[in-house]
Amino acid sequence: MPDLSPLASTPSRHQHTGQKSTQHRTRSASLVRGVIILCVMLALWQGLIYAFALPSFILPTPLSVLDRLVARYPILLDHTWVTAQEIILGLLLGLSMGLFFALQMLLFKPIKRWLLPVLIASQAIPVFAIAPVLMLWLDYGIASKVVMAAIIIFFPVTTCCYDGLRNTPRGFLDLAHTLQASRWQQLIHIQLPAALPALASGIRVAVVIAPIGAVAGEWVGSSAGLGYLMLQANARMMIDDMFAALLILSLLSVVLYFVTDFTLKRAIPWEH
Amino acid sequence: MKQTPLGLTIDNAGLRYPNVNQAILDKLSMQIPAGQWTCLLGRSGSGKTSLLRYLAGLLDSNVEWQGNVICSDGLALQQRIAYMAQQDLLLPWLSVVDNVCLSYRFNKQKITPEVTEKALALLDQVGLLAVRHALPQTLSGGMRQRVALARTLMQDKPFILMDEPFSALDAVTRHKLQQLSYTLLKDKTVILITHDPQEAVRLAGRLYILTGRPAQAEHIALPISRPPRDIDADSALVQQRIFHLLEQDYA
Repeated sequence: MPDLSPLASTPSRHQHTGQKSTQHRTRSASLVRGVIILCVMLALWQGLIYAFALPSFILPTPLSVLDRLVARYPILLDHTWVTAQEIILGLLLGLSMGLFFALQMLLFKPIKRWLLPVLIASQAIPVFAIAPVLMLWLDYGIASKVVMAAIIIFFPVTTCCYDGLRNTPRGFLDLAHTLQASRWQQLIHIQLPAALPALASGIRVAVVIAPIGAVAGEWVGSSAGLGYLMLQANARMMIDDMFAALLILSLLSVVLYFVTDFTLKRAIPWEH
Repeated sequence: MKQTPLGLTIDNAGLRYPNVNQAILDKLSMQIPAGQWTCLLGRSGSGKTSLLRYLAGLLDSNVEWQGNVICSDGLALQQRIAYMAQQDLLLPWLSVVDNVCLSYRFNKQKITPEVTEKALALLDQVGLLAVRHALPQTLSGGMRQRVALARTLMQDKPFILMDEPFSALDAVTRHKLQQLSYTLLKDKTVILITHDPQEAVRLAGRLYILTGRPAQAEHIALPISRPPRDIDADSALVQQRIFHLLEQDYA
């Protein structure tokens, strides 16, 4: 046996203590940055109202919006729950469909040849244009909004996932071959995990645009949800109510993005 | 159970890629002695990697191959090779010990406590037992290549095909890893592709240079000392001769 001691003691890049304190510092810095951005935006908002003497039916003050948020808290929460359901279910449906089609295109070349042009062409139809058709087919309930959100994320998820699956590093496939992996084993143990970072990019895009699909669906026809609430408030000139709903919607999207991003970073630590 | 090392004969081999006029290899013959390291040198594009990939079963089926590859026991080479590439090819989503056990995931064999124990023993041999649960990206290049070596040993195949596995490492780490690999693979028949004449002379039991277009294998006589060799006057002379032949081939 050769003397391994000098090699064995080669320092690992695993510097736990240093890493943790750096992470902590980065997290604190992000928090401070977030608070500063929020304060600046609120100040700008208030400043805009003062500078241009905007009436409250054009732009309500942050305080009046906060007041509405507190006063109409139970109603806002009910409608937020509806929109959140639409977004989450739309994401689940869109992601499953995207993964399914990406796998089909990878495994069956003729399907890819026929499906890819259809997928690309389908993007030429604006999703807002088909919203009324979806209302007609799926009624004014939650289903049409779920499908809207799913359709809007389907393309980016499918393309990201497909790109990830077909760009498995050549060396990994060579290794699997020399280890006598079957095609199925290669897919499960190599190609799918290797595609996760690309799929994660697709999911990040999806969580940002899925709320657009859900709210657009609510605008076209609905009886609940934040989009519905905004339309109703707008029609009654209750602009501060509209802004309260808009604020919650933005908050919902931001929270969804950061929770997803955090979860993906935890689940795919080799991503970066 | 300890295996008897096997040798390999490549006889009159020719290799041509589809839609390419000139063959890569032609009338190439080599003797790969059992239980030794055979090093292959050659300029870039000489066909050494193609030859290794053919032996590993990694070339497309539409590549034209002629000639015979005969194992000393008369059985087929397929499924009796382990492959180490220039990149360590550690799967970033698996821990070090799971990477070492990778071959068991594909062979319908369960990863039993005995298998894990064997993997841990190999990690101990390569000096990495302490980082068995770490992910590969937390390790240095030399450590990662040692995990790849443990994974190769775990496969326990009689033939080891190596495509420049040490080339991306710094000089000292490379020197140590050559020593370690040579010690741990002492019962294996190793074919090593390298661009480094010093590495080739240090490790080779037999040494070939692929020269010409299409390439043929030229056998180079080695110093009488046993590998792994230290640098001495004899090995320096062989290295000089290799450089001379490679320069001629590049011209």
